[in-house]
Amino acid sequence: MFKMKKHIRLSKEDMIFNILSYSIITVLIFICLYPLWYVACASISEPTIVAASHGILLWPKQITMFAYQKVFANKEIWYSYANTIFYTFAGTALNIILTSMLAYALSHKNIMLKKPLTLFVMFTMFFNGGMIPTYLVIRNLGLLNTRIAVLLPGLVSVFNFIIMRTHFESLPGELEESAKIDGANYWTTFTKIILPVSKATIAVMVLYYGVSHWNSWFNEMLYLPNTREYWPLALITREIIMASSSAAMSDGSAITQEVADAIKYATIVISTLPIICLYPFLQKYFAKGVMMGSVKG
Amino acid sequence: MPRTIGTKTAVNIMKESFFSRLKNDLHKHWILYLMALPALVYFAVYCYTPMLGLYTAFSNYKITSGIFSGSFVGFKHFIDFFKSYYFLRLLRNTLLLSLEVLIWGFPIPIIFALVLSEIKSNSFRKVAQTVTYLPHFISVIVICGMVIDFTSMNGLINAIIQAFGGEPIAFMTKPEWFRTVYVGSEIWQKFGWNAVVFIAALSAIDISQFEAAHLDGASRWQKIRYISLPSILPVIVTVLLMQVGHLMSIGFEKVFNLYSPVTYATADIISTFVYRQGILGANYSSAAAIGLFNSAINLILVLSMNAISRKLTENSLW
Repeated sequence: MFKMKKHIRLSKEDMIFNILSYSIITVLIFICLYPLWYVACASISEPTIVAASHGILLWPKQITMFAYQKVFANKEIWYSYANTIFYTFAGTALNIILTSMLAYALSHKNIMLKKPLTLFVMFTMFFNGGMIPTYLVIRNLGLLNTRIAVLLPGLVSVFNFIIMRTHFESLPGELEESAKIDGANYWTTFTKIILPVSKATIAVMVLYYGVSHWNSWFNEMLYLPNTREYWPLALITREIIMASSSAAMSDGSAITQEVADAIKYATIVISTLPIICLYPFLQKYFAKGVMMGSVKG
Repeated sequence: MPRTIGTKTAVNIMKESFFSRLKNDLHKHWILYLMALPALVYFAVYCYTPMLGLYTAFSNYKITSGIFSGSFVGFKHFIDFFKSYYFLRLLRNTLLLSLEVLIWGFPIPIIFALVLSEIKSNSFRKVAQTVTYLPHFISVIVICGMVIDFTSMNGLINAIIQAFGGEPIAFMTKPEWFRTVYVGSEIWQKFGWNAVVFIAALSAIDISQFEAAHLDGASRWQKIRYISLPSILPVIVTVLLMQVGHLMSIGFEKVFNLYSPVTYATADIISTFVYRQGILGANYSSAAAIGLFNSAINLILVLSMNAISRKLTENSLW
């Protein structure tokens, strides 16, 4: 009898816990998704209806592609989209090559300069020259307004280097030794044996570097002041967003606030869509990378 | 090989053997060193040259000549900055903004991770994780665009305020609201992603502990209180110390896209001031000095937090 009662009491508590936890998480999911969903709906709805909606839009209303036509008629969108794709691909490729080679070299305990070189790399995580001296160096090297100035910053991220090195150190030593016995040098061992077994880690690197290139805008703003034709999509998006919020302040602009907003929503969608589409497939790797970084080598 | 110590002094042998060992090492592992070289050159050019360029903070740099050609003025630019009207305002804004992010933003991922661990359905948990991590990967530009949109006079936040009978607020033009808007959007964007480490720590707890507690008649609340929380406490401490270490390195990008001259009183932080002084105003030397002041405090904070962390958890932050 007593046992029965206890069991019932426990399950009651279980029920309250379940209801509470499920509802909290559901609310959080809604809060995370709603702003994105709103922007997506607003980008294909009639602008005047969006303006009257006061931010509450659960479904697109009076679907129109008007905003997208406006955006795609803008040549700069196409240029900058191509630029972003170029920076993302070329930049990520360079990142992966340099990071993995460095991490592989410094994962060897038997080289004498392992310690000082690792220190040389790690120190940059804690101290740097800062915005102005870095800008002046880029400027004095004559790299201002060139694509190199976009690809150079962040060529090797120390955080990603640590992830990569930790991974290489975790590989069984027999892999290298058997390759050595077969007469392979370090380079052949690296390309033929080590890299093929490191696909998962490289995938994480590709994602981290790729996303940061796709979203990058500040260095471009700093280093490409006079070459708009090299600007990435993020910078053009920024201009469009700023234009829409300044249209809200001055009434004399050529386009109405509603149209400016619609263009803004459409631009946000086309600049974010690639990430949102790829994201669900890549999500497990992202989280995996964080865990790899927290394993200290 | 037999080593013989003849008439040479011990120091000489050390020296000789060090360089000959290094020569041998470079010769034997030249491929490895060559592989490391491109990245090392990058660090030298992009990270270490600017550190030398910090000389501009102690000199009167002129854009027309080289970085090292300005006349040396010592700490003049630092003293000018400390004496200026902006110094206290910038320091206060920078610290308050990151403190508020820390105070409000720190507990939420932990609570989220604990609540999530109470969910028994695997698929629902996966969906929740996928969705809440998503905002982290969206660009600052887009996030700020949405923040401006939702806090506008015609936006969602004001619609809610009015629904409860309040007066609409022009958030983006009110200095007293800047930190609230910033912190709110920061929490929205990061709470899911910042929970990753806690979720992982929670899932690493040995399940037999919960089973034993269950047999002893522990309630779910007691299990959280006496098993889950103590188990992830070391992770919580480590993450907290890491965030305190980064108090002075609050992100430039978001402030820059949200602030405007009308909100400078609370929104202007050291890094945005450095940008306006240096890049827009071409006062390179004084801007470099202010930036250096910021990085120096940063370095001290990070190193001391790491020392504390090593003492507390025997776990260094890097």
